[in-house]
Amino acid sequence: MSLLDYFRSSKASSASLAKERLQILVAYERSSDSQPAYLPELQKELLAVIQRYVNINKDAMTINLEQTDNQETLELNIVLPDAHRV
Amino acid sequence: MARIIVVTSGKGGVGKTTTSAAISMGLAKKGHKTVVIDFDVGLRNLDLIMGCERRVVYDIINVINGEATLNQALIKDKNCNLLSILPASQTRNKDALTLEGVEKILEELSKDFKYIVCDSPAGIETGAHLAMYFADDAFVVTNPEVSSVRDSDRMLGLLSSKSRRAERGEEPIKEYLLLSRYSPTRVKSGEMLSLDDVQDILSLHLLGVIPESKSVLTSSNAGTPVILDEKSDAGQAYSDIVARYLGETRPHRFIDEKSGFFRKLFGGK
Ligand SMILES: Nc1ncnc2c1ncn2[C@@H]1O[C@H](COP(=O)(O)OP(=O)(O)O)[C@@H](O)[C@H]1O
Ligand SMILES: [Mg+2]
Repeated sequence: MSLLDYFRSSKASSASLAKERLQILVAYERSSDSQPAYLPELQKELLAVIQRYVNINKDAMTINLEQTDNQETLELNIVLPDAHRV
Repeated sequence: MARIIVVTSGKGGVGKTTTSAAISMGLAKKGHKTVVIDFDVGLRNLDLIMGCERRVVYDIINVINGEATLNQALIKDKNCNLLSILPASQTRNKDALTLEGVEKILEELSKDFKYIVCDSPAGIETGAHLAMYFADDAFVVTNPEVSSVRDSDRMLGLLSSKSRRAERGEEPIKEYLLLSRYSPTRVKSGEMLSLDDVQDILSLHLLGVIPESKSVLTSSNAGTPVILDEKSDAGQAYSDIVARYLGETRPHRFIDEKSGFFRKLFGGK
């Protein structure tokens, strides 16, 4: 890529917008492809259980299946609301 | 043993049938006995693009159902005697295409042909699945456009998980990118995704870029694969692709605008 090309592309052409959107979408779709089909349902049920005790909203919880060479870990991340801090 | 090539994309209308016709003709013209199979059951079109629509008597479903032999259904191409076509049927019953049926046909064709080119229908349903299931190589036809790139990426996921090679844990299907309907002028003006943009996302082995070309329509009007139009840019692009696939090194063309030295240097629009 030449220097001039660099300045031209910084104008955020319609193609670069397309590329940016695609990169985000494709990354998301690839990661959800490699996750087991039960994960969304598991997340929903876990959220329901936690909400019985703590008032959190949907976005406060992330669930992630990590795969390394020899093990799989299910990572659950819950951000508690301010009132629960000691 | 034959090599099975699937021409696939996920999205419809990107140039799979155009490509299947061109590369099968190209392989045959290079001296390899080749058969091209239309998997688009219910919407057959390859026969029209190859110009053999009036010679279709039996089709792939007839063969699967035992109503005709493979030899009765195969049509010899009028331009090249090393090329045969196995048409799809126009039946609306898509379940007529079965895994066992396709496997048997491919096995039988493998004894006789060097290359088997499978023209996949759009989508990810039965026809598309069966077209790619037995493949050794995948030609992923993509247009420089968001939905086509996304669908190609989905297709790559399926190729690496839902194919016979994947299920048997064999060496994976070799995937190649064919970027079609490319317009260097529109890429330059920032309207169209560039080859680099597409490769940043798909990162495939590039077999070639096929330019947007009027000759494709002219050729399909006449029922002759565009690769036979040796003067046309698209025809030349497909010739390069076949040569590269067969192991020749050819510099890539049709990526940049035909432009003078100074325009290139200063990147003027
Ligand atoms: N390189 C190209 N330049 C211009 N038109 C093209 C090109 N490739 C394909 N087309 C046109 O696009 C349409 C769809 O092509 P086709 O090969 O039938 O796609 P598919 O099999 O993927 O549905 C056809 O009208 C064809 O003539
Ligand atoms: Mg088609």
